Amino acid sequence: MKRLQFMLTRLAQGIVAILAIATVNFLLVHAAPGDPASVMAGEAGNADPQFVAQLRHHFGLDLPLGTQLVIYLKHIVHLDLGYSYRQQLPVVNLIMQRLPATLLLTGSAFILSLIFGVALGAWSSRKVGTWVDSAISVVGLVFYATPLYWLAMMAVLLFSIKLNWLPGFGYFTVGANLSGLARAWDILQHLVLPSLTLALFYMAVYARMTRASMQEVAQMDFVKTARAKGLRPLRIERAHILRNALLPVVTLAGIQAGGMIGGAVLTETVFAWPGIGRLMFDALLERDYTVLLGCFLVASAMAVILNLVTDLLYTLVDPRIELS
Amino acid sequence: MKRRQFIQMGTAGLGLSIAGVPLSTLAQNRAGGTLNVIVQPEPPGLMMGIVQNGPTQMIAGNLYEGLLRYDENLVPHPHLATGWTVSPDKLTYTFTLKPGVKWHDGKPFSADDVVFTAATFLPKTNPRTRYDLAAVDTIKALDPLTVEFKLKYPFDPFLGIFETGTMPMVPKHIYENTDFLNNPANNTPIGTGPYKFKQWVKGSYIQITANADYHIPGVPSIADIYFQVIPDAASRAAAFESGKIDVVPGGAVEYFDVERLAKLPGAAVTTQGWEFFAPLSWLCLNNRAKPLDNVKVRQAIMTAIDHEAMTKIAWHGYATPATGPFNSHIKYHSDKVAKYPHDIAKAKQLLKEGGYAGQTLRLLPLPYGESWQRQAEIVRQNLTQAGIKVDMMNTDVAGWNQRLSQWDFDMAFNYVYQYGDPALGVARNYVSTNIAKGSPFNNAEGYVNPKIDALFMAAVRELDDDKRKAIYDQVQQILVDDVPVAWLHEINFPTLYRTKVQNLISSAIGLDDSFGYAKLSS
Repeated sequence: MKRLQFMLTRLAQGIVAILAIATVNFLLVHAAPGDPASVMAGEAGNADPQFVAQLRHHFGLDLPLGTQLVIYLKHIVHLDLGYSYRQQLPVVNLIMQRLPATLLLTGSAFILSLIFGVALGAWSSRKVGTWVDSAISVVGLVFYATPLYWLAMMAVLLFSIKLNWLPGFGYFTVGANLSGLARAWDILQHLVLPSLTLALFYMAVYARMTRASMQEVAQMDFVKTARAKGLRPLRIERAHILRNALLPVVTLAGIQAGGMIGGAVLTETVFAWPGIGRLMFDALLERDYTVLLGCFLVASAMAVILNLVTDLLYTLVDPRIELS
Repeated sequence: MKRRQFIQMGTAGLGLSIAGVPLSTLAQNRAGGTLNVIVQPEPPGLMMGIVQNGPTQMIAGNLYEGLLRYDENLVPHPHLATGWTVSPDKLTYTFTLKPGVKWHDGKPFSADDVVFTAATFLPKTNPRTRYDLAAVDTIKALDPLTVEFKLKYPFDPFLGIFETGTMPMVPKHIYENTDFLNNPANNTPIGTGPYKFKQWVKGSYIQITANADYHIPGVPSIADIYFQVIPDAASRAAAFESGKIDVVPGGAVEYFDVERLAKLPGAAVTTQGWEFFAPLSWLCLNNRAKPLDNVKVRQAIMTAIDHEAMTKIAWHGYATPATGPFNSHIKYHSDKVAKYPHDIAKAKQLLKEGGYAGQTLRLLPLPYGESWQRQAEIVRQNLTQAGIKVDMMNTDVAGWNQRLSQWDFDMAFNYVYQYGDPALGVARNYVSTNIAKGSPFNNAEGYVNPKIDALFMAAVRELDDDKRKAIYDQVQQILVDDVPVAWLHEINFPTLYRTKVQNLISSAIGLDDSFGYAKLSS
């Protein structure tokens, strides 16, 4: 009961937050110079003012900004994300077409980074001061500091062009018309490079975090007690240290999971991955307001949901924590 | 044979020779194989009568067709029109249409479609065609296969506006009495071209497939074409290098990569297929305010710029220094004009004479990739050497548009297409009647010269070719002396392709024409 009440309160708060975010986004987006009509006119390489005015009227951009905002918020409350005049499709369709690709990419990168990050961090903390620890530290630091973009290009150069092991761009093989298992296998191959590149950065973060946190917990009294009781070192590590050390990692992961969708823009761009990050980026350049705002809205909704999930996860990791 | 006679005797037979491939061999083959082409950026739509940007034209040029095609010398050839006659007073143009042409949905193409396209559809949706058709008084279908255009006054470039990009034929039965911009059919384009629209996976690729009922036997010869969307320039280069992409259109990879990629085994590069567009880049100078309202200051800028270095450093050789407002590929280009060789000392002298008082000038680069960035840096360096203070303002494309069309700049990079004739692609930037806020592609620099207005007006209505040339010679002399903008380069866009693709470029609009005539060698 308490849990349900907690969730409802948080959801209500979340909806208010999303509406506030939408309003701020709307104003920010409209503050950028240029609008969709001028961009389209510019792309045509030839446009008279009459044409631009016609487009502007068509997009509803000739209305006062306040009126446009009210119309927009009304639509959102009715769960209507609007229509992209540029792409001639409802925004919901555009986002729904792209969302699976992004969820697949960020989801697999997230899981990979968490598993390997925590494992490496735990291993490292066990071997503090040895060459294993140093090696993990150095590798982690390199992946943390290297621009994702460069890493991605090098991965393409090595695995796609030189070795020809893995496809370097796209979501699936265009024109192959695969289905079923063959299609899944094809997508999996395309997924390897982008999700690994995206995962490496986060993996480094989680590894360092886990290591530090485990070191800290290892100094605590209850661990000493456990040792004094004569428990096996491996059991102490897993049941006592790691479990407690994971809390800050979960907190961080919860925050980053929300941010990953935005962070995927670079990966999606380099690997021509048709996800929502790129949709958002293109929409920004094209000043395709409705699409841009729709993407923001979906991203903020995901962040709110993921935060809620993180809070629930706390209680699983550490049952002493209460929801309130 | 003179050009005009050649035009007037246009016959169906000529159309077949454009392909350069004997029909007898083609006719036996059914279309086969696939072609992978880069499209950059992803187009907003494929209905060519409505959307006019470059990527749209490249893809939709396969779906839609014009009445005529143009070879690399801009000589018109029959296409959907098999022939045409021009009255001696040059006020009546009568086109005969090709019989048996069908839209992709099976309906016959007829003179009614031409009338609908030119009289109703395009003037509403396409500003360039609206301008081109301003001289037209009436358009009539004399019978299902004959269309007559009557002009209000002679308009010499008239036969140059019938390629697919300027006047794509639009199906009347789909668009008549609808809201053109919101017609759902815009998402499933129907044309008469050699390829049909198959599918569009947003963010990924667009597929078109061979039109089995195409009106030229044996065309097209390639079964499927995939236009792949790869947003990053380095990734596009990698995709070509890895062999997954067969054709990379001009500007899609950085110029330093073009040099490298062209040397790969099985790769080739060509700068053909831009003759109709004849792109010309310049530095738009805001003529309205000090110090750029002074001709000496504008001449100083033209003198300070090192065009040669720019060609080599920014463009890796894929550009030619421009000497004036006419690209050398278009008609009536003259090089008997004042020259501005790179000379910093002279530039300083001109600045002094022009009364330049040390103001900081705002320079607006064009955010289209590395070459444009390098070009901006070279200009800044040259101008700084000459003693001009320069403040670079970086924006994205939308910001560039906004500033240029609202006249909020001192110097801004721009480049335009010249569409084969000075009346169509040059005059618009210099005539004062074209000064209006709201577009970066009219007279954004605010140049006003009644003499130039009168000359451009006279040239377009002049019937005699030699007299017309004399007028344009004078136009070029005046403009080059006045330097309303500082001309930079004719851009020679390189198209990268695999040598297994033959006859890729077969007309003056290059990749924007259909891929129907291209062949894959086995």
